[in-house]
Amino acid sequence: MAKNIQSLERAAAMLRLLAGGERRLGLTEVASSLGLAKGTAHGILRTLQAEGFVEQDPASGRYQLGAELLRLGSTYLDVHELRARALVWTDDLARSSGESVYLGVLHHKGVLIVHHVFRPDDSRQVLEVGAMQPLHSAALGKVLSAYDPVAHNEALENEREAFTPRTITDPEGFEAVLDLTRARGWAADVEETWDGVASIAAPIHDRRRMPVGAVGVTGAVERIRAGGELRPDLVAAVRDCARGVPGSGRRALLRRLPPPPVTPVTIAIPAAEPLTCVMTGTKLPFIGRHCRTPTGNTR
Amino acid sequence: MTDAHTTGPFIAAIDQGTTSSRCIVFDKDGRIVSVDQKEHEQIFPKPGWVEHDAAEIWTNVQEVVAGAIEKAGITPADVQAIGITNQRETTLLWDKNTGEPVHNAIVWQDTRTDALCKELGRNVGQDRFRRQTGLPLASYFAGPKVRWLLDNVEGLRERAEAGDILFGTMDSWVIWNLTGGTDGGVHVTDVTNASRTLLMNLHEMRWDEKILQSMEIPAAVLPEIRSSAEVYGVAKAGPLAGVPVASALGDQQAALFGQTCFSQGEAKSTYGTGTFMLMNTGDQPVNSYNGLLTTVGYQIGEQKPVYALEGSIAVTGALVQWMRDQMGLIKSAAEIETLASSVEDNGGAYFVPAFSGLFAPYWRPDARGVIAGLTRYVTKAHIARAVLEATAWQTREISDAMTKDSGVELTALKVDGGMTSNNLLMQTLSDFLDAPVVRPMVAETTCLGAAYAAGLAVGFWSSTDELRANWRRAAEWTPRMDAATRDREYKNWLKAVERSMGWLDDES
Ligand SMILES: Nc1ncnc2c1ncn2[C@@H]1O[C@H](COP(=O)(O)OP(=O)(O)OP(=O)(O)O)[C@@H](O)[C@H]1O
Ligand SMILES: [Mg+2]
Repeated sequence: MAKNIQSLERAAAMLRLLAGGERRLGLTEVASSLGLAKGTAHGILRTLQAEGFVEQDPASGRYQLGAELLRLGSTYLDVHELRARALVWTDDLARSSGESVYLGVLHHKGVLIVHHVFRPDDSRQVLEVGAMQPLHSAALGKVLSAYDPVAHNEALENEREAFTPRTITDPEGFEAVLDLTRARGWAADVEETWDGVASIAAPIHDRRRMPVGAVGVTGAVERIRAGGELRPDLVAAVRDCARGVPGSGRRALLRRLPPPPVTPVTIAIPAAEPLTCVMTGTKLPFIGRHCRTPTGNTR
Repeated sequence: MTDAHTTGPFIAAIDQGTTSSRCIVFDKDGRIVSVDQKEHEQIFPKPGWVEHDAAEIWTNVQEVVAGAIEKAGITPADVQAIGITNQRETTLLWDKNTGEPVHNAIVWQDTRTDALCKELGRNVGQDRFRRQTGLPLASYFAGPKVRWLLDNVEGLRERAEAGDILFGTMDSWVIWNLTGGTDGGVHVTDVTNASRTLLMNLHEMRWDEKILQSMEIPAAVLPEIRSSAEVYGVAKAGPLAGVPVASALGDQQAALFGQTCFSQGEAKSTYGTGTFMLMNTGDQPVNSYNGLLTTVGYQIGEQKPVYALEGSIAVTGALVQWMRDQMGLIKSAAEIETLASSVEDNGGAYFVPAFSGLFAPYWRPDARGVIAGLTRYVTKAHIARAVLEATAWQTREISDAMTKDSGVELTALKVDGGMTSNNLLMQTLSDFLDAPVVRPMVAETTCLGAAYAAGLAVGFWSSTDELRANWRRAAEWTPRMDAATRDREYKNWLKAVERSMGWLDDES
């Protein structure tokens, strides 16, 4: 086994030290407990402090665990929370675009639809919450694959089915699509998943710029495109919805409301999981950078 | 048509709610331009007592108005009117010379006047004032709360009789302050809020002198009763200085208006702190024989008032909050769905959240919350499921009562409010009602209704028909439960409800 990085080992030891027994320790105590020179210990503590993993009490100068560490364990944004926060602006997107709106998250090998707003035309429509879309061809899936490394791996490693003659299935072609998606900040699907249907989607990031989901509009290809081009006004509306327009009064979905309270100590891993994947029959509760399996392991 | 940047003019709506105050700016299409919201403290001095600090509320209202205007990037000149909607029945008395509240506001859920209500019923009982007011004598309504304050705040009765004290629900408090407070603030309320006091004659839209006498409330404290959509005055200061204040509606009536239930027989159900189903009954007040309330739906300017039947449930979203704040079983309200979805059913548990007694259709102040059917098998996930089911079953009870009273069968339920983002709850609701459940595209129907009424008052919108054209279906849930399961579960629920009753002894 390759030699481990010493400074990381020392940093880990420091965090363990601060987590156990007495909660606040001075520099001298930290250094002597770990057998380090004061200068070395101080350098590591300062780095940890800059990352938010350690905090220094301004009055006593003592160190304790930082809020970031607690947050790390609870980054999992509940999908139902995501839906609740997205409600107002996805409604608005559907109204302004005249198309149906979907909110999706990575789930196993596909995109799980966690929220769906009908096209505002009084036609009969069926709620598609709980349905799955493919990662490699749907606009939501491309966005997730472009921004979330886990989704990217899933899309690359699994079979990319050719749903229509336009589906891009070769790895190079697919990577090129993802590059384009990252470069322009949105993805499209023009009859690559369903004949006659086109979609435009953009990523939703949380406060720390982590991709947590994707939002998009879907409709008949002749409405989503105009003169052979994807309608720029639709692209703008989708991106506004996903990230907000600075100064326009619209906020990104996740920045609009205060963050959920961080409960220190307990890290929420539910005993069992809620959403049943209609494709695989499996269940998965939380989204975040990674999904969690029932055992709490990162997939 | 996909303009991300809407252009003016706009209407601003203020929703002074039970848990928070919010301000939303709407454009001509009824689209939301900006939102700002701030929660205020819930004060629980004793079991069953709930209060709000009215000064904090007024500060928050000013802040959210400023916040929403700033986020929208607009000026007062872009705003044609301000609409007000509010938590209903919550009662405040303040000094008109100083603008200071004489006591915390007593919130609608507060049960301190249970004994007083019983006493006021004399030999007639709960229905003593129903003919005039459409309401049973219950601690829920404002009148008894006013009486309690007059009896319990030292020296207050004398000051009130001398004409120094003003009474108002939150609409009156916000409008009085907006229009200048001690410097010429107008002291008004609208017909919908007045219809929740137990003091207004429902047929004449006037304070009922006999009831005032019975409750020993001096007429000098009362606001003037006005329609729901007319210009009451002009904002004096702040970010909306100079803008007309042009509507007031209790939050549930505002939601009825926002859902554009303008025709007789149309109904909506709003899922917030509590849940309230209102059905438009046209220009006739319909008496209830099944535990519903008769109330005013709205009145637009000089037009005839429109009445409504109402089924009121005190605790629905509040139970989810209780699971989060008091039990600590979830970190956010939305997580109740995650927890509840982790099991297939309620595991035999039923939760009757009679925290403020039972409201419609029972009106039992002696009831208190129970969880029935517990075995060692039951987990917190089953309880979470029972929490959501409680909301759905309570809706079923009032919808049954509504059908009996109005003769109108429920073909589909129009819903709105914060809990409608809960997919499992909406599906459960459809299953228990055996009817489709429909959510409109603007979930913030309370603010929208206040904006609509204000916009009608100043000619921003021309007619209710124009508003109706704005309504769009955002989602629909259809029933999936088999009848046998539904019937069995409903029976169990009713058994649990029975067990919540009679918990308080007569004398307490
Ligand atoms: N996803 C959810 N699942 C269940 N309950 C929810 C969910 N989201 C919000 N709630 C509940 O809905 C309520 C908030 O909804 P809403 O903002 O419509 O309330 P409200 O009664 O209008 O508040 P106010 O009285 O302050 O106006 C809270 O009680 C909260 O617990
Ligand atoms: Mg409300």
